Amino acid sequence: MLKGHLTLRQGRFLLDAGPFEIDTRGVTVLFGRSGSGKSTLLRAITGLDRHARGQLEFHGERWQDGAWQLPTQRRDIGFVFQDAALFPHLSVRGNLDYALRRAPLSPIPPGGGGAGGEGGRRALPFDLVTLAARVGIADKLDRDVLSLSGGERQRVAIARALLSRPRLLCMDEPLSALDWRAKAELLRLIDELAREVGVPILYITHAPIEVERLADRVVFMADGRIEHIETLREALARPDSPLFDEEGPVSVLEGETGATDEDGLTPFGNDRVRLRLTGGCARGSRATRLRILARDVSLSLDDPARISILNHLPVTVERIDPEHEGRVTVACRLADGQLLLAEITAYSLRRLGLHAGAAAYALIKSVVLMD
Amino acid sequence: MRSIVFFFLVMLTGAARADTLTAAVAANFTKTAEEVGAAFRAKTGHEVRFAFGPSGKLYAQITHGAPFDLFFSADTEKPEALVKEGRVKDGSYFVYARGVLALYSPTLPVKDDYRAVLEKGGFRHMAIANPKTAPYGTAAEQVLVAMGLHDALKPRLVFGESIAPTFQYVQTGNAQLGFVALSQLVDPQSPAHGKGEYWLPPQAMYAPIDQAAVILKRAENNPVAQAFMDFLRSDEGRKVIENYGYSIP
Amino acid sequence: MIELFGIGVSLQPLWLTLKVAALTTLILLLLGTPLAWWLARMQSSFKIVLEALVALPLVLPPTVLGFYLLIALNPDGPLTQALRLFGFEGQLTFSLTGLVIGSVFYSLPFAVQPLMHAFEALPTRLLDAAATLRAGVLDRFFTVVLPLARRGFLVAMTLTFAHTVGEFGVVLMVGGNIPDATRMVSIAIFDHVESLEYAEAHLLSGMMLVFSVVVLTLVYGLNRRFAVKVG
Repeated sequence: MLKGHLTLRQGRFLLDAGPFEIDTRGVTVLFGRSGSGKSTLLRAITGLDRHARGQLEFHGERWQDGAWQLPTQRRDIGFVFQDAALFPHLSVRGNLDYALRRAPLSPIPPGGGGAGGEGGRRALPFDLVTLAARVGIADKLDRDVLSLSGGERQRVAIARALLSRPRLLCMDEPLSALDWRAKAELLRLIDELAREVGVPILYITHAPIEVERLADRVVFMADGRIEHIETLREALARPDSPLFDEEGPVSVLEGETGATDEDGLTPFGNDRVRLRLTGGCARGSRATRLRILARDVSLSLDDPARISILNHLPVTVERIDPEHEGRVTVACRLADGQLLLAEITAYSLRRLGLHAGAAAYALIKSVVLMD
Repeated sequence: MRSIVFFFLVMLTGAARADTLTAAVAANFTKTAEEVGAAFRAKTGHEVRFAFGPSGKLYAQITHGAPFDLFFSADTEKPEALVKEGRVKDGSYFVYARGVLALYSPTLPVKDDYRAVLEKGGFRHMAIANPKTAPYGTAAEQVLVAMGLHDALKPRLVFGESIAPTFQYVQTGNAQLGFVALSQLVDPQSPAHGKGEYWLPPQAMYAPIDQAAVILKRAENNPVAQAFMDFLRSDEGRKVIENYGYSIP
Repeated sequence: MIELFGIGVSLQPLWLTLKVAALTTLILLLLGTPLAWWLARMQSSFKIVLEALVALPLVLPPTVLGFYLLIALNPDGPLTQALRLFGFEGQLTFSLTGLVIGSVFYSLPFAVQPLMHAFEALPTRLLDAAATLRAGVLDRFFTVVLPLARRGFLVAMTLTFAHTVGEFGVVLMVGGNIPDATRMVSIAIFDHVESLEYAEAHLLSGMMLVFSVVVLTLVYGLNRRFAVKVG
């Protein structure tokens, strides 16, 4: 639990965050446009900016009180910078050793007594070599960090941060300097590590897809203020969500991937909602989140049989958002209670006579497995 | 463009005006020279410009073709050398001033009790000019030897590279006393003027600190150059020089 | 006094010079590092004024600086009087102490400027990264700043040392040119030249030259070896 009220002035920009209370379990994403103050807030939270003022507590431990700050090195945090910030005078192993030599020797219970061990330091399930292998840099340990690619540097940075056994891992747009392939690979790694290591993560990004992939919770920021703190599910349920600014409304379905069948299709979902996915990308994947653009979802009053679209799901209309430029977004409840958004024309809405509570079929044209 | 050319022409012709003399003058003689120059101008209307510097540097500049008409050295060696090298107007060499050595202290009673002060040694440092490089230093050493105190005082001596830093050592209190030039004490603008006491060792105790001047070859036929030298030797010129703490042989 | 190639010279000025240069370098490293760090991280516009102050010895003629040091260090001055309270009985001018104080002032920009530039070139993020890895202030200095600003330190040390060895005006004023006590090698050479003792001057100059070349070669050689090891 991260609780406080922080202000920080940088020239003409004023960060005024709070009072806020963030449940830090899992992955918390700070989301906002550039200039919204998310990096500034993270620097204030980590104590990297001496000019921060206000109050801050992490699991009852005082981190900031007025102008007084607990020095960064005593806050038990890890930090992955946008550009990795590896020490250029040390090898990859040297960088990892730097963290390891300063890390506490054994797991210590949380000082302030966070509920149920949450926020306490856990035993890292890796030693240096195992972790290096896990993040994919086992063969690079003796390399000069300047000879690494951008993706490799971030892998080292992530391993370095984890080896210092933080109680809170902060990541400031760790993928923004990478190409799309490295982005995809690292996103998967971060997602998996977050679950395997179990350390709470504060993650900054301005890319909705990273939010939808990683977030348990989203902190929306604009103009130096926190606008909303909500779960990913809540964030996706409201029509004016800032996550929808670029590609329009999006739904994220959670489920599990099954074994590919004889038709070459891979099932996804649970016992009440079941989709079948095509293509090599789904095969062998262990993805648990599916991203569906609302404009790729059509609605039908009956289940059409003679149609090429593969996935038809029975839904109940829950809410119809106001018309915008001739189109409406219809929020539909799936059989398992998850929300699916469909964007249709206002004309079709009237023709089909859809209203809250009406039964319909959602036809899904395309999905993206967040893998 | 044309105006720039014109400007330079004016500058050049202005600089070449025949009745303006340029004199190279040893730094210790700065104030005296300016006053003599002013009196000369008031009397004759001719301007004398002065270039001040250490005699050694001025000598080097002259031998390398610097456009000086007169040279006033702080010693006799350099004008003599110029005479030998044939760079001066025949018969123009003369001693224009003789330096007077003074034992000065802002705090100690050196005026009457100089011997007691020197023998008792109630001071940490005594400043003299470097005997190897400065005539006043050689003179100071000769005085100490003549008084039979040189060996006893040697460990307390500090050396100024010329007479100017030697005076600064004493005046700032870093050395409690020292042998300086009388001209540094009698100047009303000197920080030592009317402060402390000084003793003038008899001239017989040290070799004369003569300062010689010459008219340089390029001003051989310049009547103003000769007129300035004559003015310096007149009663009026001598009076100014003596007022500044020099004697005239 | 030794005899070399049939020329008798005193080596005392040589040792004195090395002693003063070594002490000056050490003191400026200790004082200049925090000063340079402070200046490099300073964001107020007052920084320009302080930088100008540090650079002042570059502008002031050495004899002028020496004259002001004579005033500042004189036996009745506040600094000497303050030291008297701690039992100091000597005199600051005309002594080794005075020479070192003068050299420290005179060489200040030569130590502070390279260090300041090295510190300014140091990415702040690396220090932030070290802090998030639990490194405290001194830890960060020795494990991040020192190795990354190594070239700055090297330049500062060699420039300070060389500049002190070659200085003349300040040590002449503050030292008083006392044989076997405050006569540095530059003054000794100057005096030999002024007295037309060219052989002695050449000998001392030659020894100084050989020594300087050897030291600089060693330092730059070490720097290269160290650099290769890191890279």
